[in-house]
Amino acid sequence: MATADELRELMRTEGAAIAENTQGFNAGRYDSVGDLEDYEALKQAARSIKEDAIAELPDLLDQLTETIEANGGTVYIADDAADANEYIRNVVDDRAADRVVKSKSMTSEEIEVNDALEADGVDVVETDLGEWVLQVADEAPSHIVAPAIHKSRESIAELFNERFDPDEPLETAEELTHFAREKLGEQIINAEVGLTGANFIAADTGTMALVTSEGNARKTVAATDTHVAVAGVEKVIPTVADLHPFIELIGRSGTGQDITSYVSLLTPPVDTPVVDFTDDETPLSEFDSDRDFHLVLIDNGRLDMRDDEHLRETLYCIRCSACSNSCANFQSVGGHAFGGETYSGGIATGWEAGIEGLDVAEEFNDLCTGCTRCVNACPVGIDIPWINTVVRDRINRGKDTPGDWLVDGLTPDEEDDGAPLQKRFFGNFETVAKLGSATAPVSNWLADTGVSRQVMERVLGIDPRRDLPAFERETLVDWAAARDSQVDDPERRAVLYPDLYTNHVQVERGKAAVKVLESLGVDVVVPPAPSSGRAPLSQGMVATATDHAERVTEALEPYTADGRDVVVIEPSDHAMFTREYERLLDESAFTDIAENSYEVFEYVFGLLDNGASIEALSTVAGAEIAYHSHCQQRTLGLEAHTVAVLEECGYDVVTSDVECCGMAGSFGYKSDYYELSMDVGDRLRTQLRDDGVQNRPVVASGTSCLEQIDALLERQPRHPIELLAT
Amino acid sequence: MESKRASFEGALEALGVTVSTTTKSELEAAVTEAVTEPAVGIALDETVGDEAVSLTETPVTVDPTPVALREAATGVTGAELGVGDYGSLVLSMTETASELVSLFVERHVAILHEDDIKPDMDAAVAELDERFTETNGSAIIATGPSATADMGALVKGAHGAKEVHVIIVEEGA
Repeated sequence: MATADELRELMRTEGAAIAENTQGFNAGRYDSVGDLEDYEALKQAARSIKEDAIAELPDLLDQLTETIEANGGTVYIADDAADANEYIRNVVDDRAADRVVKSKSMTSEEIEVNDALEADGVDVVETDLGEWVLQVADEAPSHIVAPAIHKSRESIAELFNERFDPDEPLETAEELTHFAREKLGEQIINAEVGLTGANFIAADTGTMALVTSEGNARKTVAATDTHVAVAGVEKVIPTVADLHPFIELIGRSGTGQDITSYVSLLTPPVDTPVVDFTDDETPLSEFDSDRDFHLVLIDNGRLDMRDDEHLRETLYCIRCSACSNSCANFQSVGGHAFGGETYSGGIATGWEAGIEGLDVAEEFNDLCTGCTRCVNACPVGIDIPWINTVVRDRINRGKDTPGDWLVDGLTPDEEDDGAPLQKRFFGNFETVAKLGSATAPVSNWLADTGVSRQVMERVLGIDPRRDLPAFERETLVDWAAARDSQVDDPERRAVLYPDLYTNHVQVERGKAAVKVLESLGVDVVVPPAPSSGRAPLSQGMVATATDHAERVTEALEPYTADGRDVVVIEPSDHAMFTREYERLLDESAFTDIAENSYEVFEYVFGLLDNGASIEALSTVAGAEIAYHSHCQQRTLGLEAHTVAVLEECGYDVVTSDVECCGMAGSFGYKSDYYELSMDVGDRLRTQLRDDGVQNRPVVASGTSCLEQIDALLERQPRHPIELLAT
Repeated sequence: MESKRASFEGALEALGVTVSTTTKSELEAAVTEAVTEPAVGIALDETVGDEAVSLTETPVTVDPTPVALREAATGVTGAELGVGDYGSLVLSMTETASELVSLFVERHVAILHEDDIKPDMDAAVAELDERFTETNGSAIIATGPSATADMGALVKGAHGAKEVHVIIVEEGA
């Protein structure tokens, strides 16, 4: 796991280039998919092709092997990296090749074929310009699509000028590109073997798709007489026609290009003649096209992943990088921190856990905060946060139980073998909150003393620079129990879910919500209920989260059975009820709570839409406001409801568009991640300090976001429901 | 018909690809105008309809030697299909080395028959699926010039062509 020092150093050296590039790709993605009329249908189609292909994988592999062999090529299915490398070394040796030219392939990085070939004295040349920069610099990729994303133009110029000492020092991107083109162009036409990856391979015809922009993959194949393609077994799809949704989605989802310059559809061996580039007499058409083709399909853990119900989805990944670019933490640190041996970004946890093992996944898994911004960005709909959660759970279970004194009182959880102490503390925050309210304000004073903060930092890794939540003595549930309903003839009846923070910390927003709902003719009750399980889930404590889910549904079931709607203030808890619980509960229990739950503004929007009067609420005449929605709320498509209601109440609303505030529940409290959290938050701060925004009061939906904005700005933010209460 | 042609041309323009229009009888003049010398090319009869079209009256060296290819500024080839919504060209891989001629040059001039413009990517891929199943063929879906952003800014002309020009050959007229 990267330490705070390592993260700080990466943010200092690579952060600016990473941030600029990933945010550019991410903004490009929104623009580009926005132009697609049938975006969701294409995603569905892509997902379904991958689901079926992985289900039918053994048959497809047989079919593909037969097809390629009938076409005159060879297929080798390699168990692991060593097996693959041995085969490739033999091919190169049989050809007596001095040079292998490569186009970009993550799978070839995974097996480290360059090292294997170089050990045999073969000159291996990366021809993708980004990969070549890294080869010259002897650095590792920091991004699965744009491997040198962490390097600025200036640093590449410095590298080339130092290494190659050109007549005129290179400076502009154009000069650098031209220099690389010339240099690599000479090496490509003097190579015997071309090594490529394959983005997709159609089993029916043996056609492989290579998605590139530079043209190096085309040259790598066209200029050599021996073509070796290396790909994971999961790249097989049934037919050429199945390529369609992927061709439309892959560039858009990754770098925001509608399509990359070249999508090569090769059914090897190809007809292009193999020419001698120094020949000045023979016309091109008189050379023959004798070309060997070897497809090396790598298992390396993938077939086991296919049998693993939680990791299987990873195999649907088309390596587009959307999960990297849409990830707030990745935007700050890049793949050198947020990545394993080969793969980086959100989905890397699945790849590295399956290919390398849990120990490698553990090195970066905690950088996924579960914000879910990658979920809608993924063109094949992989539930990436869930994979990260499951892997975190497995990592936790590999640890020894911390038999510490502090655990006994604070961690009445369902984890039979040991999550680390810090994770158990945050995972059981409900216990802390109950104690905190019961003993407030003493608990708040105690927590704020220097000695307490030192202990918290040393034992729990809670950063002393963070303010701690201040617990209210009277919880929302207590307040509600002591008053009568204000509605005689209710339009609807609801149970307001007393989430942990609303009940113990942000009690005012709970009271405001009750008053707003009552103003709109809703009978509201606020019964005691367990916390949602969001806290343990985000620590990878799946058994504890499941226990919470079961107890919550048990507590709420009598109310839903009685015809009450469930209204939820905290978006991360609403997302538990309507999204994550599907993984934790049986179908009927999930459907019951998911279908009856509404985020509070979604509910208010619905009431107004069904005839409730806005006059019952506190309205204004054009007051300016800035609104920051919540990451999980936006994933569920529920940002618009808050904006619409605020506008109907007369507000002029400006919204932020950063992917996440950086706080993400407990993440921003952890000493290792405090500075990263603030770096992510800085992007929100910048937006909230923009011209025309800087003087606006700020409202935000999530508890964590409110805490983060409070730390970022002098303006004290509030939950928007507090604006509506009369 | 007009709409897919219009959308194709609009997409090409957005990609920075220039377009000229001609008829079969005027094709040689259009090619002459489109190329930067020295220019090389491949025989077109197999890629443009059923009538043999020659490049005899143009500065283009047909079926060049490898050295002539490397020294050329322009490569002239046919394109099998155009893709209306993306402005893509489907380039074939022939034994006459159309792949090399379209790739190892700074300027690629592609000759496309108007009838071969497909409305969208879905239709183009369906057509390729049919062809590949019959012939074990290969093709490049090429969209605009080659490009890279790996050197710190977007640059056109990485390993492949820096400029692309499309000559649309109209039916009849």
